[in-house]
Amino acid sequence: MKQIICENVSLGYEGTTVATGINFEVNEGEYLCIVGENGSGKTTLLKAILGLQNPVDGKIEFVNGLTRKDIGYLPQQTIVQRDFPASVREIVQSGCQGRLGFRPFYSKSDKALAAKNIEKMGIADLTSRSYRELSGGQQQRVLLARALCATGKLLILDEPVSGLDPKVTAELYKIIKELNEEGITIVMISHDIEAAVEYASHILHVGHNNFFGTKEEYLLSSEGKSFISGITKGEGENE
Amino acid sequence: MSSFFERLSEYMSYSFVVNALIVGILISLCASLLGVTLVLKRLSFIGDGLSHVAFGAMAIAAVVGMTNEMLIVLPVTILCAIFLLRSSGNTKIKGDAAVAMFSVGALAFGYLLMNIFSTSSNLSGDVCSTLFGSTSILTLSSTDVIMCLGMSAVVMILFVFFYNRIFNVTFDENFAKAVGSNTGAYNLLIAVVIAVIIVLAMKLVGSLLISALVIFPALSAMKVFKSFKSVTVCSGIIAVSAAVIGMLISIMAGTPVGATIVAVDVAVFAIFSIVGR
Repeated sequence: MKQIICENVSLGYEGTTVATGINFEVNEGEYLCIVGENGSGKTTLLKAILGLQNPVDGKIEFVNGLTRKDIGYLPQQTIVQRDFPASVREIVQSGCQGRLGFRPFYSKSDKALAAKNIEKMGIADLTSRSYRELSGGQQQRVLLARALCATGKLLILDEPVSGLDPKVTAELYKIIKELNEEGITIVMISHDIEAAVEYASHILHVGHNNFFGTKEEYLLSSEGKSFISGITKGEGENE
Repeated sequence: MSSFFERLSEYMSYSFVVNALIVGILISLCASLLGVTLVLKRLSFIGDGLSHVAFGAMAIAAVVGMTNEMLIVLPVTILCAIFLLRSSGNTKIKGDAAVAMFSVGALAFGYLLMNIFSTSSNLSGDVCSTLFGSTSILTLSSTDVIMCLGMSAVVMILFVFFYNRIFNVTFDENFAKAVGSNTGAYNLLIAVVIAVIIVLAMKLVGSLLISALVIFPALSAMKVFKSFKSVTVCSGIIAVSAAVIGMLISIMAGTPVGATIVAVDVAVFAIFSIVGR
């Protein structure tokens, strides 16, 4: 069942176009990784999907009953958050905000949902701790639990593992994969092409030549081959 | 010691002292509630900038000879607040640079206007009392008190009602927007409320010291407390205590009201910094 259709979308900001001709669709239960060089417009695309920014051209549609409120979002961390005095419970509960309507406070069921997602992310022992005291991996789990409070259908993740050590990165990928197996659609921006081809079902490559297809098709495509070999070559040079 | 309490009860029998205390407490409380959000949004300096804008507007009102200066001061300050909060997301002029521009620009124009067109014989006295607050807090009319009560009630009700949304907009504006909040509207609300508080607080501490009322209670509370709710509550308690203690000291010892309250706030911050280590 289709959830998002993106047709011939061009993206840009302040008069500069950063990407053109992006076409893809996301079906329920898929795991889409968006890859591409820095500055290719990955984050701008994400913002357009989330409705934070309008595309310059083309259209992004939600279909089959999906609405913006069904999207859980894991943004990149901001400087503001690093020393923010808030408990884990407060942050996870804030994911229920879309459900508030005209009510000023969270209901019992909102709180129960938050507690359930805290449990699910394995951070129940941290519930009353302050966000600023947690490690990077724990903070990502908190934000993931918050995103789950906003949705059970589709998660959008913006470089969820940046700045995390390899062990924590692997754990986080495992959690995301498990959520996907439960039926939640995943759309993720990643710098980590190896993890992208390992976990994703579909790849969208944004760049001079856009590519969209299954992971297997991507590995055989010219974009995929040159991007993967370019990265491994780049890493080799650094060593 | 008994003479201290005798003197205190004597002062408290004057209605103008009681009025001053009520207004002082309410303004400090409102400023501190919004302060938590502003400090966390990295907008601590906005209070300072806006108070200088209010000073400039006050100068214009004085030159034009308006009897009710609020008619100019309040709209001008609100407009600047909206502009500054908007521009904090703008890439062309960074938020902090915009605040600094408004701040010094308005201060300079205000003083210039007062200097050129002044009709008063005591210019430096006028400027000094606008900048550092005056004894006008002790000459409040009952209308002033009622207006302040009303405004504070509105601010507090809005704050409580929108508490969870304010938290979300403060912690993660992009997420809040993605789950469907109208973050622009909440930022606008915050801007208008902070402008109103600043204009009210000018009477109390003068335009130079207003940001102290906004930032010190919040910063002190953050040193010790770890959740948003406890920081907000503690910040309010600190603000009220500092206002009461500062005003009592100032009445007893004859020190300037605004500066004394701010000195107490600084002392509280020092204590909390040591406790929170």
